[in-house]
Amino acid sequence: MAGSASEYIQHHLQNLTYGKLPAGYERADGTVIEESTWTMAHTAAEASDMGFWAVHVDSLGWAVGLGLIFLILFRMAAKRATSGQPGGLQNFVEVMIEFVDTSVKETFHGRNKVIAPLALTIFCWVFLMNLMDLVPVDFLPQLFHLMGLEYMKVVPTTDVNVTLGMSLSVFALIIYYSVKVKGVGGFLGELTLHPFSSDNLFLKVLLIPVNLLLEGVSLLAKPISLALRLFGNLYAGELIFILIALLPLWAQWTLSVPWAIFHILIITLQAFIFMMLTIVYLSMAHEDNH
Amino acid sequence: MNINLTMIGQAIAFFIFVVFCMKYVWPPIMAALQERQKKIADGLAASDRATRDLELAQEKSAQELREAKQQAAGLIEQANKRAAQIVEASKDDARKEGQKLIEQAKAEIEQERNQARDALRAEVAAIAIAGAEKILETSVDASKHNDMLEKMAAEL
Repeated sequence: MAGSASEYIQHHLQNLTYGKLPAGYERADGTVIEESTWTMAHTAAEASDMGFWAVHVDSLGWAVGLGLIFLILFRMAAKRATSGQPGGLQNFVEVMIEFVDTSVKETFHGRNKVIAPLALTIFCWVFLMNLMDLVPVDFLPQLFHLMGLEYMKVVPTTDVNVTLGMSLSVFALIIYYSVKVKGVGGFLGELTLHPFSSDNLFLKVLLIPVNLLLEGVSLLAKPISLALRLFGNLYAGELIFILIALLPLWAQWTLSVPWAIFHILIITLQAFIFMMLTIVYLSMAHEDNH
Repeated sequence: MNINLTMIGQAIAFFIFVVFCMKYVWPPIMAALQERQKKIADGLAASDRATRDLELAQEKSAQELREAKQQAAGLIEQANKRAAQIVEASKDDARKEGQKLIEQAKAEIEQERNQARDALRAEVAAIAIAGAEKILETSVDASKHNDMLEKMAAEL
């Protein structure tokens, strides 16, 4: 049972990977590839051997699909938006937008047309991706297994690539706005002349590496922590769901129901935190008070 | 946990979604929200104005009511005064009339009495003369004894 249990867990944690296998690679079934080919990985080992040139089809597919659900829903409401009496959908969308708008206005005081829609997209999208965690762990993988797909990981945010993709985009925006608002010199000054500074020019130069180290670490920590926080929470949650699914069928609900209820809080909170930290980081990028 | 192209794919999708959201989702809904806010603010202002107008109208109507009441009270007072005056005047008239009637009656009575007295007096004189004639068995020359008779009559 122990072998099959760990197989079960590992199977559940394996993404459906499409990537490039190098020439001369021996596949799981023993065949040897003559040329490097793009193909679907049949085992976890194959997937990891594909290296960087591979795509998690399931993560990207679900992520894009959920993002489209969000956009289509909101676009429908936006098209029919009226200043008169709003309908149900418009009400919901307006609540979300008001909520995000207030959060942004509380934290970010400058004028930027990007940040509020960005925050809305992050919150709704991450929330929807997290929400997939509440679908029973075996349900969708089994369904896709019947359709002939070996692996299917339905929660995109349990894939570190997805969270890193988003947090690195935010990081790029941080750099972009820092440079845009403060100029290249200002941004470099912020990185090198703080927190330790001196009126003595010699000391100032001497302190540059120290400051650069401190500020550089804190700058780089932003996207990493942003990505890993979301990933870690959701990955752990998913893992616990998988462990619960290992219990006998009659006992599962005693743990899975409380965990699912608790998880409602976590997925909302993580989506909110991701959004809030994005706003905070971008508002810090806009501040020019050093 | 393999880091691979998925990351870049996700970043691209993220970028596209944010741009779409920024262009086609956020502005129309925000515009609708702001317009509704304005509408509500206008409506509230209008209702405030209406309340103020209502208050003013109520005040005005109360004032007019008060004035009308005052006027009515004045009219009633005037009428009462006038009525009292009329009553007083007619009482006076009646009293005067009564007095006059009484005086007239008194005068008449006096006149009657005097007439009666005069008649009585004449009668008495005649009776006295007749009595005296009977006593004296002679006629009394009325003209001769007229003085005496008149004296007697005056004494009655």
